[in-house]
Amino acid sequence: MKCEIEQAGGSLIVKLGGEIDQHCAEEIRSNIDRELDLKNSSSLIIDLGEVDFMDSSGLGLIMGRYKKMAARGGTIMLARPKPNVNRLLEMSGIKKLIGRK
Amino acid sequence: MQNYMKLEIPSKSVNEAFARAAVGAFAAQTDLNIDELADIKTSVSEAVTNSIIHGYRDADGTIYIECVIKSGKTCIIEVTIRDEGAGIANVERAMEPLFTTAPDEERSGMGFTVMQSFMDTLDVTSEKGRGTIVKMSKYIRSGDEAAL
Ligand SMILES: Nc1ncnc2c1ncn2[C@@H]1O[C@H](COP(=O)(O)OP(=O)(O)OP(=O)(O)O)[C@@H](O)[C@H]1O
Ligand SMILES: [Mg+2]
Repeated sequence: MKCEIEQAGGSLIVKLGGEIDQHCAEEIRSNIDRELDLKNSSSLIIDLGEVDFMDSSGLGLIMGRYKKMAARGGTIMLARPKPNVNRLLEMSGIKKLIGRK
Repeated sequence: MQNYMKLEIPSKSVNEAFARAAVGAFAAQTDLNIDELADIKTSVSEAVTNSIIHGYRDADGTIYIECVIKSGKTCIIEVTIRDEGAGIANVERAMEPLFTTAPDEERSGMGFTVMQSFMDTLDVTSEKGRGTIVKMSKYIRSGDEAAL
Protein backbone atom coordinates (compact mmCIF):
# COMPACT_ATOMS: atom_id res chain seq x y z
CA MET A 1 0.00 0.00 0.00
CA LYS A 2 1.16 3.51 -0.82
CA CYS A 3 -0.30 6.72 0.61
CA GLU A 4 1.35 10.01 -0.32
CA ILE A 5 -0.28 13.24 0.75
CA GLU A 6 0.37 16.79 -0.40
CA GLN A 7 -1.47 20.07 -0.11
CA ALA A 8 -1.85 22.22 -3.27
CA GLY A 9 -3.79 25.43 -2.83
CA GLY A 10 -6.87 24.58 -0.80
CA SER A 11 -6.82 20.97 -1.96
CA LEU A 12 -5.41 17.95 -0.25
CA ILE A 13 -4.15 15.47 -2.81
CA VAL A 14 -3.87 11.88 -1.67
CA LYS A 15 -2.03 9.48 -3.97
CA LEU A 16 -2.91 5.89 -3.17
CA GLY A 17 -1.24 2.84 -4.61
CA GLY A 18 -1.02 -0.92 -4.27
CA GLU A 19 -3.76 -2.98 -2.64
CA ILE A 20 -6.40 -1.36 -0.44
CA ASP A 21 -8.22 -3.71 1.92
CA GLN A 22 -9.30 -3.84 5.55
CA HIS A 23 -5.73 -4.56 6.66
CA CYS A 24 -4.50 -1.10 5.61
CA ALA A 25 -7.69 1.00 5.43
CA GLU A 26 -7.38 2.22 9.01
CA GLU A 27 -3.84 3.49 8.47
CA ILE A 28 -4.86 5.36 5.31
CA ARG A 29 -7.87 6.81 7.09
CA SER A 30 -5.88 8.20 10.01
CA ASN A 31 -3.21 9.61 7.66
CA ILE A 32 -5.79 11.44 5.56
CA ASP A 33 -7.82 12.70 8.52
CA ARG A 34 -4.74 14.02 10.30
CA GLU A 35 -3.69 16.06 7.25
CA LEU A 36 -7.26 17.23 6.57
CA ASP A 37 -7.56 18.61 10.08
CA LEU A 38 -4.07 20.07 10.05
CA LYS A 39 -4.43 21.86 6.70
CA ASN A 40 -8.17 22.47 7.00
CA SER A 41 -8.46 21.64 3.28
CA SER A 42 -11.66 22.57 1.48
CA SER A 43 -11.29 19.89 -1.16
CA LEU A 44 -9.96 16.36 -1.12
CA ILE A 45 -8.66 14.68 -4.26
CA ILE A 46 -8.01 10.96 -4.05
CA ASP A 47 -5.77 9.78 -6.87
CA LEU A 48 -6.42 6.07 -7.40
CA GLY A 49 -4.12 5.81 -10.42
CA GLU A 50 -1.74 3.31 -8.86
CA VAL A 51 -4.31 1.26 -6.95
CA ASP A 52 -4.22 -2.32 -8.27
CA PHE A 53 -6.83 -3.77 -5.93
CA MET A 54 -9.63 -2.47 -3.76
CA ASP A 55 -12.56 -4.07 -1.95
CA SER A 56 -15.47 -2.73 0.11
CA SER A 57 -13.09 -1.61 2.84
CA GLY A 58 -11.93 0.99 0.32
CA LEU A 59 -15.54 1.98 -0.33
CA GLY A 60 -16.03 2.49 3.41
CA LEU A 61 -12.90 4.60 3.51
CA ILE A 62 -14.08 6.80 0.61
CA MET A 63 -17.64 7.13 1.97
CA GLY A 64 -16.26 8.13 5.36
CA ARG A 65 -14.04 10.82 3.82
CA TYR A 66 -17.00 12.01 1.72
CA LYS A 67 -19.07 12.47 4.88
CA LYS A 68 -16.23 14.25 6.61
CA MET A 69 -15.77 16.68 3.72
CA ALA A 70 -19.53 17.21 3.31
CA ALA A 71 -19.82 18.04 7.01
CA ARG A 72 -17.34 20.90 6.58
CA GLY A 73 -18.88 22.09 3.30
CA GLY A 74 -15.97 20.75 1.27
CA THR A 75 -15.78 18.53 -1.78
CA ILE A 76 -14.18 15.22 -2.65
CA MET A 77 -13.03 13.94 -6.01
CA LEU A 78 -11.82 10.54 -7.20
CA ALA A 79 -9.26 10.46 -9.98
CA ARG A 80 -7.86 7.89 -12.40
CA PRO A 81 -9.25 4.56 -11.12
CA LYS A 82 -8.09 1.49 -13.04
CA PRO A 83 -10.85 -0.55 -14.77
CA ASN A 84 -11.31 -3.11 -11.96
CA VAL A 85 -11.41 -0.42 -9.28
CA ASN A 86 -13.76 1.64 -11.44
CA ARG A 87 -16.20 -1.27 -11.73
CA LEU A 88 -16.35 -1.46 -7.94
CA LEU A 89 -16.96 2.29 -7.69
CA GLU A 90 -19.68 2.18 -10.38
CA MET A 91 -21.37 -0.80 -8.75
CA SER A 92 -21.47 0.81 -5.33
CA GLY A 93 -23.14 4.00 -6.57
CA ILE A 94 -20.45 6.02 -4.83
CA LYS A 95 -19.55 7.90 -8.02
CA LYS A 96 -23.07 9.23 -8.37
CA LEU A 97 -22.92 10.34 -4.77
CA ILE A 98 -19.75 12.39 -5.02
CA GLY A 99 -19.43 13.35 -8.67
CA ARG A 100 -16.42 12.45 -10.74
CA LYS A 101 -13.33 13.75 -12.38
CA MET B 1 -11.89 -32.86 -15.30
CA GLN B 2 -11.99 -31.57 -11.75
CA ASN B 3 -9.31 -29.96 -9.64
CA TYR B 4 -9.34 -28.55 -6.13
CA MET B 5 -7.30 -26.93 -3.39
CA LYS B 6 -7.85 -26.36 0.31
CA LEU B 7 -6.37 -23.69 2.53
CA GLU B 8 -6.55 -23.03 6.23
CA ILE B 9 -5.50 -19.66 7.67
CA PRO B 10 -5.72 -17.93 11.04
CA SER B 11 -8.04 -14.92 11.14
CA LYS B 12 -5.35 -12.27 10.77
CA SER B 13 -6.02 -9.31 8.49
CA VAL B 14 -2.55 -9.66 6.97
CA ASN B 15 -3.86 -12.93 5.45
CA GLU B 16 -6.57 -11.17 3.40
CA ALA B 17 -4.06 -10.38 0.64
CA PHE B 18 -2.63 -13.89 0.78
CA ALA B 19 -6.06 -15.56 0.55
CA ARG B 20 -7.22 -13.64 -2.53
CA ALA B 21 -3.81 -14.05 -4.22
CA ALA B 22 -3.80 -17.81 -3.53
CA VAL B 23 -7.31 -18.38 -4.90
CA GLY B 24 -6.48 -16.13 -7.85
CA ALA B 25 -3.33 -18.12 -8.63
CA PHE B 26 -5.26 -21.40 -8.49
CA ALA B 27 -8.09 -20.05 -10.66
CA ALA B 28 -5.54 -18.81 -13.21
CA GLN B 29 -5.19 -22.35 -14.63
CA THR B 30 -8.53 -21.77 -16.34
CA ASP B 31 -9.13 -19.55 -19.34
CA LEU B 32 -10.34 -16.59 -17.31
CA ASN B 33 -9.65 -13.01 -18.34
CA ILE B 34 -8.31 -10.24 -16.09
CA ASP B 35 -11.77 -8.89 -15.27
CA GLU B 36 -12.98 -12.31 -14.15
CA LEU B 37 -9.81 -12.80 -12.11
CA ALA B 38 -10.34 -9.42 -10.43
CA ASP B 39 -13.98 -10.33 -9.69
CA ILE B 40 -12.91 -13.55 -7.93
CA LYS B 41 -10.11 -11.90 -5.95
CA THR B 42 -12.39 -9.11 -4.77
CA SER B 43 -15.14 -11.53 -3.74
CA VAL B 44 -12.68 -13.74 -1.82
CA SER B 45 -11.35 -10.65 -0.08
CA GLU B 46 -14.90 -9.71 0.97
CA ALA B 47 -15.73 -13.11 2.43
CA VAL B 48 -12.39 -13.55 4.22
CA THR B 49 -12.53 -10.02 5.65
CA ASN B 50 -16.06 -10.68 6.91
CA SER B 51 -14.91 -13.85 8.68
CA ILE B 52 -12.09 -11.93 10.34
CA ILE B 53 -13.93 -8.80 11.47
CA HIS B 54 -17.50 -10.06 11.96
CA GLY B 55 -17.09 -13.80 12.43
CA TYR B 56 -14.17 -13.79 14.84
CA ARG B 57 -14.30 -10.09 15.80
CA ASP B 58 -10.52 -9.88 15.84
CA ALA B 59 -10.23 -12.88 18.17
CA ASP B 60 -8.18 -15.86 16.96
CA GLY B 61 -10.02 -18.30 14.76
CA THR B 62 -9.51 -20.41 11.68
CA ILE B 63 -10.80 -19.68 8.20
CA TYR B 64 -11.23 -22.58 5.78
CA ILE B 65 -10.99 -21.88 2.08
CA GLU B 66 -11.75 -24.34 -0.67
CA CYS B 67 -11.62 -23.83 -4.40
CA VAL B 68 -12.91 -26.35 -6.94
CA ILE B 69 -12.49 -26.05 -10.68
CA LYS B 70 -14.90 -28.03 -12.83
CA SER B 71 -13.89 -27.89 -16.45
CA GLY B 72 -16.30 -28.56 -19.26
CA LYS B 73 -17.98 -26.55 -21.96
CA THR B 74 -18.28 -23.84 -19.38
CA CYS B 75 -15.66 -23.97 -16.67
CA ILE B 76 -16.98 -23.43 -13.15
CA ILE B 77 -14.80 -21.98 -10.41
CA GLU B 78 -16.35 -22.63 -7.02
CA VAL B 79 -15.00 -20.97 -3.87
CA THR B 80 -16.15 -21.80 -0.36
CA ILE B 81 -15.10 -19.73 2.64
CA ARG B 82 -16.08 -20.99 6.07
CA ASP B 83 -15.61 -19.75 9.61
CA GLU B 84 -16.67 -21.02 13.01
CA GLY B 85 -17.35 -17.57 14.38
CA ALA B 86 -20.32 -15.51 15.55
CA GLY B 87 -22.65 -16.41 12.71
CA ILE B 88 -25.42 -14.23 11.24
CA ALA B 89 -28.88 -14.02 12.83
CA ASN B 90 -30.68 -12.79 9.71
CA VAL B 91 -28.83 -13.65 6.50
CA GLU B 92 -31.38 -12.06 4.19
CA ARG B 93 -31.08 -8.72 5.93
CA ALA B 94 -27.27 -8.98 6.15
CA MET B 95 -27.15 -9.35 2.36
CA GLU B 96 -29.07 -6.14 1.67
CA PRO B 97 -26.97 -3.39 0.11
CA LEU B 98 -25.63 -0.91 2.69
CA PHE B 99 -26.62 -3.09 5.65
CA THR B 100 -23.86 -3.28 8.23
CA THR B 101 -23.67 -4.03 11.93
CA ALA B 102 -20.47 -1.98 12.19
CA PRO B 103 -21.26 1.54 10.87
CA ASP B 104 -19.01 3.12 13.50
CA GLU B 105 -16.06 1.33 11.88
CA GLU B 106 -16.84 3.03 8.57
CA ARG B 107 -17.99 -0.14 6.89
CA SER B 108 -19.99 0.48 3.73
CA GLY B 109 -22.20 -2.59 4.07
CA MET B 110 -21.45 -3.50 0.46
CA GLY B 111 -19.47 -6.74 0.92
CA PHE B 112 -22.27 -9.18 0.06
CA THR B 113 -23.49 -6.90 -2.73
CA VAL B 114 -19.99 -6.98 -4.23
CA MET B 115 -19.91 -10.80 -4.07
CA GLN B 116 -23.39 -10.98 -5.57
CA SER B 117 -22.60 -8.78 -8.54
CA PHE B 118 -19.06 -10.01 -9.22
CA MET B 119 -19.86 -13.75 -9.01
CA ASP B 120 -22.48 -15.80 -10.88
CA THR B 121 -23.88 -17.57 -7.81
CA LEU B 122 -23.72 -16.77 -4.10
CA ASP B 123 -25.03 -18.94 -1.33
CA VAL B 124 -24.74 -17.98 2.33
CA THR B 125 -25.48 -20.40 5.17
CA SER B 126 -25.09 -19.25 8.73
CA GLU B 127 -26.13 -20.08 12.23
CA LYS B 128 -25.86 -17.72 15.18
CA GLY B 129 -23.02 -18.86 17.44
CA ARG B 130 -21.89 -21.60 15.02
CA GLY B 131 -20.37 -19.86 12.04
CA THR B 132 -20.85 -18.93 8.42
CA ILE B 133 -20.34 -20.63 5.06
CA VAL B 134 -20.13 -18.52 1.92
CA LYS B 135 -20.20 -20.51 -1.31
CA MET B 136 -19.84 -18.70 -4.59
CA SER B 137 -19.07 -19.60 -8.15
CA LYS B 138 -18.02 -18.02 -11.38
CA TYR B 139 -18.69 -19.40 -14.85
CA ILE B 140 -15.84 -19.06 -17.30
CA ARG B 141 -16.47 -19.48 -21.00
CA SER B 142 -13.22 -20.11 -22.82
CA GLY B 143 -12.27 -17.79 -25.67
CA ASP B 144 -12.56 -20.61 -28.23
CA GLU B 145 -15.97 -21.74 -27.14
CA ALA B 146 -17.28 -18.21 -26.84
CA ALA B 147 -16.31 -17.72 -30.48
CA LEU B 148 -18.18 -20.81 -31.70
N1 LIG C 1 -18.64 -14.28 8.42
C1 LIG C 1 -19.52 -13.52 9.09
N2 LIG C 1 -19.78 -13.76 10.41
C2 LIG C 1 -20.66 -12.99 11.09
N3 LIG C 1 -21.34 -11.96 10.56
C3 LIG C 1 -21.14 -11.67 9.25
C4 LIG C 1 -20.22 -12.43 8.45
N4 LIG C 1 -20.24 -11.91 7.19
C5 LIG C 1 -21.11 -10.89 7.21
N5 LIG C 1 -21.68 -10.73 8.44
C6 LIG C 1 -22.71 -9.74 8.81
O1 LIG C 1 -23.32 -9.26 7.62
C7 LIG C 1 -23.21 -7.83 7.54
C8 LIG C 1 -23.08 -7.41 6.10
O2 LIG C 1 -21.85 -7.86 5.54
P1 LIG C 1 -21.21 -7.03 4.33
O3 LIG C 1 -19.91 -7.63 3.98
O4 LIG C 1 -22.22 -6.90 3.25
O5 LIG C 1 -21.01 -5.57 4.96
P2 LIG C 1 -19.92 -5.11 6.03
O6 LIG C 1 -18.87 -6.15 6.19
O7 LIG C 1 -20.63 -4.69 7.25
O8 LIG C 1 -19.30 -3.83 5.34
P3 LIG C 1 -18.20 -3.84 4.15
O9 LIG C 1 -18.10 -5.24 3.62
O10 LIG C 1 -18.75 -2.91 3.12
O11 LIG C 1 -16.94 -3.37 4.74
C9 LIG C 1 -22.05 -7.46 8.44
O12 LIG C 1 -22.15 -6.15 8.94
C10 LIG C 1 -22.15 -8.52 9.54
O13 LIG C 1 -23.09 -8.15 10.52
MG1 LIG D 1 -17.91 -7.02 4.58
